[in-house]
Amino acid sequence: MNILYDERLDGELPATDKADVLADLQQAAPGLTLLYREEDLRPFECDGLAAYRVLPMLVALPETLEQVETLMKRCRALGVPVVTRGAGTGLSGGALPLEKGVLLVMSRFDRILDVDPDARIARLQPGVRNLAISEAAAPYGLYYAPDPSSQIACSIGGNVAENAGGVHCLKYGLTVHNVMKVEVITIEGERMTLGSEALDAQGLDLLALFNGSEGMLGVVTEITVKLLPKPETAKVLMASFDDVEKAGRAVGDIIAAGIIPGGLEMMDKLAIRAAEDFVKAGYPVEAEAILLCELDGVEADVDDDCATVRKVLEKAGATGIQQARDEAERATFWAGRKNAFPAVGRMSPDYYCMDGTIPRRELPRVLKGIADFSEEYGLRVANVFHAGDGNMHPLILFDANRPGELEQAEELGGKILELCVEVGGSITGEHGVGREKINQMCAQFNPGELTTFHAVKAAFDPDRLLNPGKNIPTLARCAEFGAMHVHNNELPHPELPRF
Amino acid sequence: MAQTRPQPTDQDISEALGDRVRRATAEGSLLRIAGGDTKAFYGRPVDGETLSTREHRGITYYDPVELIVSVRSGTPLAELEATLAGNGQMLGCEPPHFGANATVGGMVATGLSGPRRPWAGSVRDFVLGTRVINHEGYQQRFGGEVMKNVAGYDLSRLMVGAQGTLGLITEVSLKVLPRPGASHSLRLEIPLADAQAKLAEWGRQPLPITAAAWHAGALHLRLEGGPSSVAATRERLGGDELDAGFWTALREQTLDFFSRDDARPLWRLSLPHNTPSLALSGVEEADLLHDWAGTQRWLRSDLAADTIREACARAGGHATCLGSREGPGQPDPFMPLEPVVAKYHRNLKAQLDPKGIFNPGRLYAEL
Ligand SMILES: Cc1cc2nc3c(=O)[nH]c(=O)nc-3n(C[C@H](O)[C@H](O)[C@H](O)COP(=O)(O)OP(=O)(O)OC[C@H]3O[C@@H](n4cnc5c(N)ncnc54)[C@H](O)[C@@H]3O)c2cc1C
Ligand SMILES: Cc1cc2nc3c(=O)[nH]c(=O)nc-3n(C[C@H](O)[C@H](O)[C@H](O)COP(=O)(O)OP(=O)(O)OC[C@H]3O[C@@H](n4cnc5c(N)ncnc54)[C@H](O)[C@@H]3O)c2cc1C
Repeated sequence: MNILYDERLDGELPATDKADVLADLQQAAPGLTLLYREEDLRPFECDGLAAYRVLPMLVALPETLEQVETLMKRCRALGVPVVTRGAGTGLSGGALPLEKGVLLVMSRFDRILDVDPDARIARLQPGVRNLAISEAAAPYGLYYAPDPSSQIACSIGGNVAENAGGVHCLKYGLTVHNVMKVEVITIEGERMTLGSEALDAQGLDLLALFNGSEGMLGVVTEITVKLLPKPETAKVLMASFDDVEKAGRAVGDIIAAGIIPGGLEMMDKLAIRAAEDFVKAGYPVEAEAILLCELDGVEADVDDDCATVRKVLEKAGATGIQQARDEAERATFWAGRKNAFPAVGRMSPDYYCMDGTIPRRELPRVLKGIADFSEEYGLRVANVFHAGDGNMHPLILFDANRPGELEQAEELGGKILELCVEVGGSITGEHGVGREKINQMCAQFNPGELTTFHAVKAAFDPDRLLNPGKNIPTLARCAEFGAMHVHNNELPHPELPRF
Repeated sequence: MAQTRPQPTDQDISEALGDRVRRATAEGSLLRIAGGDTKAFYGRPVDGETLSTREHRGITYYDPVELIVSVRSGTPLAELEATLAGNGQMLGCEPPHFGANATVGGMVATGLSGPRRPWAGSVRDFVLGTRVINHEGYQQRFGGEVMKNVAGYDLSRLMVGAQGTLGLITEVSLKVLPRPGASHSLRLEIPLADAQAKLAEWGRQPLPITAAAWHAGALHLRLEGGPSSVAATRERLGGDELDAGFWTALREQTLDFFSRDDARPLWRLSLPHNTPSLALSGVEEADLLHDWAGTQRWLRSDLAADTIREACARAGGHATCLGSREGPGQPDPFMPLEPVVAKYHRNLKAQLDPKGIFNPGRLYAEL
């Protein structure tokens, strides 16, 4: 399955001459850094979904908003698509370049503009790294809650575009819950402000719409985020289980006890072993599954909750329960989880990370399904799971140097996602659709719903110049690759525009 | 694992609602979407045939362990809240009802949240999915019954506060929260300036505050959380015990401050945290009620709309006029949008409701 842009299915892109576009941009924006030589473009050919690579026509590295404005206006006038890129850690190919497009790299906008401890907000340029926000807020006893595992590298602009999550979302929300305001530059080169430093803004909630919009509606140039007071204390319990299903049920039991943990993560045997080999987190390698349950808040409450959770876990059949003795051990427990991806990466030449979400009660069925697929395809799958909020990250191990194995891994991944949809879940919880899951979108949404998505896009970018081909498949693509029903070999609704 | 018993009133009339919308599109007629009609005052009057959602009711899915409930839009808010309470849970956004007939659809369409909002989140923050009838009369599903979902654009949250101008909401899936283990409300007699300073200081500390309103010489606080922390904070802050009914009266605007006997229009000022008192000439302390730790202020004033709006805009916020018994107070209750933002509002409306059949003019004249 090739997911690279296919003009036949994804829509024609205007053909422009690279030298002409370069000359035009150089003239319109004299100070703008533009890369055009192959060796300079090479580092930008992919994001975190490294199996897919495309050299962009040009790379632009602006440092001022005026340069971004000019770039957008000129690209629109010339009909050149613009793909925005933050730190390039995205796992769904959202920042995958287009051969006929400019890659707009926002990494030079890396300043923290303001931290206001009394209003508990921070104003940031889009290239600021996620972790840098909490570091800047720390002297005031504050932090920025969403903490994707990639937080040392990923940018806040990319977080907004993907509505990134982390291990603390069940209690503290996703990016959309923690962003108050964004400044945007549209494809027409206009500036607009969405949201407010107040708790709500006038009019439609375009801020919510921009969160998770994958660079399809505008370029985010500034972000104001909410900061939270650091919890007085955080304690983590690690429970081991001899059975994955028991661990899954324990998750529901904790929540049924009226407790919302700060973090609630699950790993299966393969992931536990990988993590243990890599970071020596003290994980029980003989266990079939472990749960990490972090309780945070005011000391007295946390102690009460720890006692309750311990009882719940015992009753759920945990074979061992360990509470981190101190801050250092807590960090070690988490280090295993936060490094699970690279840890699994050490076990296999390549791995492919999935991101489906499911209603938690379906966990046993889905894990069973994954195990069956794994056997069918002869590829190992390690499971890392944001258990509290039903977001699974099955990691499929494969070797791209073996002919056909990448395709096998992708097919297996596609099956897992379709299973997630079948049990009432979603093909992506936090990594986004990008290019990677473009075909699975056809399984999750019907043609009418996809048409509505295209209508939203048309309201902001009627010429489809912002990140074309990402996030929402054309109906033509669904007819060819997706799960869309075809009767008597006829495309459904030939009257619908094929974009 | 449905945990609710179906009610005799449960009914799915989405087909009929879809037909009605299809007819409106075909005829070019206009629709005024109404739930309980308890929040008609919040927005511009709509000229159109009333399309009621009230027969479309019932909880379609509720599993307390998943912390998710799905409910048809015509379901009375009170019915939903009673079901959640029966399972030790609640709506985190603490929405106002403004009448016994308030529906879930009205809560979502207006997006109004109660006293807990700054700490727990707004209506929009708890919406996980929606079913919406589009302008062609098709019911479409966005988001869903999972906590995290970034497939496609977030149309569910876009519907919140859109006041029915983009489509007819038929069902919503919401994240729900466990009720706090302990709750204590208190009243501290302190001047406004001290209250503001205290709230800024406490805001930086992990205290179990879930409501804070200053009015008539006193700061009213609610503490919620584990019994231990509530008890400890109660000890630390002191003050007089306050009846929890205060928060319901505040949320439902039945405190004397909101009395309909006052002929001056009621304004809602939405402001950033830690905004000092706005210098509005002629406004007395008694004309203001500071809710949401000062980020939502209610004002009784005859001042010109522009004066109030400009003062709020300068502080980084905005102002909405809710009128008085004398009438709406302002032809346009909502503050005008910046021109570029207004343009994209019009574009979006034109795309999602090309014939302008859904609640025309409710939010802004041109939408
Ligand atoms: C090891 C690893 C662990 C990860 N763990 C998590 C996790 O726990 N949770 C999670 O949610 N994600 C995770 N991710 C995925 C990734 O880090 C996030 O999606 C992140 O938000 C991407 O940010 P970025 O700056 O790298 O964006 P990029 O990859 O550069 O871009 C991502 C998308 O955002 C758009 N974009 C970027 N900047 C802007 C802008 N300024 N304006 C408009 N659009 C823009 C791009 O066009 C693209 O569509 C992980 C990735 C890796 C490699
Ligand atoms: C412009 C347009 C917008 C639409 N918007 C929506 C929407 O928002 N939500 C939604 O649920 N559905 C919408 N539909 C219908 C949708 O495409 C599917 O027909 C419907 O969702 C059933 O899906 P299915 O795959 O189960 O049906 P299928 O199994 O594909 O079709 C069921 C039967 O109905 C016939 N059929 C399907 N659609 C049509 C049609 N439009 N005209 C005549 N015969 C037809 C098929 O030939 C088949 O016999 C729209 C259709 C059109 C033309």
